Amino acid sequence: MTSKNSMKKNLFHTKMNWGLGALAFPGMIFLLAFYYVPLFGIVIPFKQIDYSKGILGSDWVGLKNFKFFFSSQDAWRITRNTLGLNFIFITLTLIISVIMALLLFELGRRSVKIYQTALFVPYFISWVVASYILYAMISPEMGAVTNMMKSMGKIPENLYYKPEIWPVILTLAYLWKNVGYMTLLFYTALIGIDSSYFEAAAIDGANKLQLMLKISVPYIKPVIIMMTLLQIGKIFYSDFGMFYFLTRNSGGLYATTDVIDTYVFRALRVTGDIGMSSAVGLFQSFVGLILVLTSNLIVKKSNPDHAIF
Amino acid sequence: MIENKRAHYIQKTLTHILFIIAAIFCVTPILFVISAAFTDELALAQEGYKLFPSKFSLEAFEYILESPKQIVTSYGVTIAVTVVGTAISLLFTSMLAYVMARKDFKASRLISFMVFFTMLFNGGLVPSYIMITRYYGLKNTIWAMILPYVIIPWHVFLMKGFFSDLSITLVEAAKIDGGSEVGIFFKIIAPISKPAFATVGLFCAFTYWNDWWLSMLYIEDSKLTSLQYYLYRIMNNIQFLATSLTAGNISIDRSQIPGETARMALCVLAAGPMLIIFPFFQKYFVKGLTVGAVKG
Repeated sequence: MTSKNSMKKNLFHTKMNWGLGALAFPGMIFLLAFYYVPLFGIVIPFKQIDYSKGILGSDWVGLKNFKFFFSSQDAWRITRNTLGLNFIFITLTLIISVIMALLLFELGRRSVKIYQTALFVPYFISWVVASYILYAMISPEMGAVTNMMKSMGKIPENLYYKPEIWPVILTLAYLWKNVGYMTLLFYTALIGIDSSYFEAAAIDGANKLQLMLKISVPYIKPVIIMMTLLQIGKIFYSDFGMFYFLTRNSGGLYATTDVIDTYVFRALRVTGDIGMSSAVGLFQSFVGLILVLTSNLIVKKSNPDHAIF
Repeated sequence: MIENKRAHYIQKTLTHILFIIAAIFCVTPILFVISAAFTDELALAQEGYKLFPSKFSLEAFEYILESPKQIVTSYGVTIAVTVVGTAISLLFTSMLAYVMARKDFKASRLISFMVFFTMLFNGGLVPSYIMITRYYGLKNTIWAMILPYVIIPWHVFLMKGFFSDLSITLVEAAKIDGGSEVGIFFKIIAPISKPAFATVGLFCAFTYWNDWWLSMLYIEDSKLTSLQYYLYRIMNNIQFLATSLTAGNISIDRSQIPGETARMALCVLAAGPMLIIFPFFQKYFVKGLTVGAVKG
């Protein structure tokens, strides 16, 4: 009797595993094919790739490709641009979207819907289209902003030749595209708060600001931390489309707009330099990983629940 | 008390003003492009970009619909990629996410970690490029624009967040009734997960529709040029034209390049469908956009 029972249980168990395994299978195949198999490629920067010998059979060249990149004059410029701009993007997006989500939470459902739609619109516009939109604004001959400046009696300049203004333009563009999405993410997290917390606190005489800082913010803190950690891991990466299309890949702007991704892309496209591009790619990924692990460790020290792994 | 009410009123008004400004900041730039698409070419050249057409005209759209075959082809490519891609992606993403949300399944933690790890570390552009072109043989095929985006880790986690909030008792009850795991997922879990499917499905569609990156890397055949990539190429050609003109090289056929209003009309056609569709999904976002825990 017992053996029959356990047999049944066993059967039940295997059946369940097979079923779930089958559900996960196709997704896992794609994950392996497009994320894990290319991981073997991390040997590429250490090799002189010769397709006739295959990737693994090609000759080792040591750190030559890394040295080549780090000793180039561009390394400092593109690293500074990447890190500096990303730092501004991450901080501003975070602050603005948390504040907007908290304020949105105070408003009625109907107005939320209207604002949410308006703020979310840019998220669904590609950077290619956005580059046309920017052009409509700042085109030196007939841009809307250019004309406005003219009518105010200022002499407009061709912004496509003014690198110093671009950190501002890029920051505005980044916020334009991403704040709506992030606001919504935080807002949906806020929706989950049990309203009895607020009622109890209100009875105790807490004001609006106190409710926000003592209940709402702590409640969404895990989401804020997670989003921040994930973005820190990507701090050596840039939204390629934004930097490539908005600037129209204009050489005159490289001083402030050239980032690691655009640099690598050009190296690959123009000179076909596989060695250096893969070296930089590995560098981006590796340093990003180290940064996430470190920041996660710091978070874990202060509150283990907030760490993402 | 009255004082308090007044303060509350002022506070609310200020909040509304803030959001109205933000909404204007988000939407106005797009209006300039839409307006330009409906403006007479000459009027645009004379008066520049305006919020409303200075002289209304549908010529730009007529030009697009009449002339280059490429636009029709590109539209077809983009639609095909979006429809097929979204279907495959949503199916496999939801299945994978569901398994990750089933904590009672032994391998779920391992799978979760494997998906999560790809968000932290990857081989970079070069290795994927080599794999896709040299080994998978996807170069210059429509699949190069579909397959790499089938599983996007972030989408998987959004879905997992939603599934994790569902009660396991549903599954247990169905299993006692003799349902198979696959059957339970499609017949019980999927129907009650509409918000997650709608939200993530929209994100998948948007990823495919707006993509130029994969076309830029893997597509050289003009029959497979997607809409966004086509727009980029036009921009590129115009710059090429401008530099060639200043260099005194005028051997380029100008008629091949659409005028300013036609380009803006193309933008409207390229961005329009997504902007028209997404408000209909709006109601699902609040429920469907669940950022669950990444770990475990």
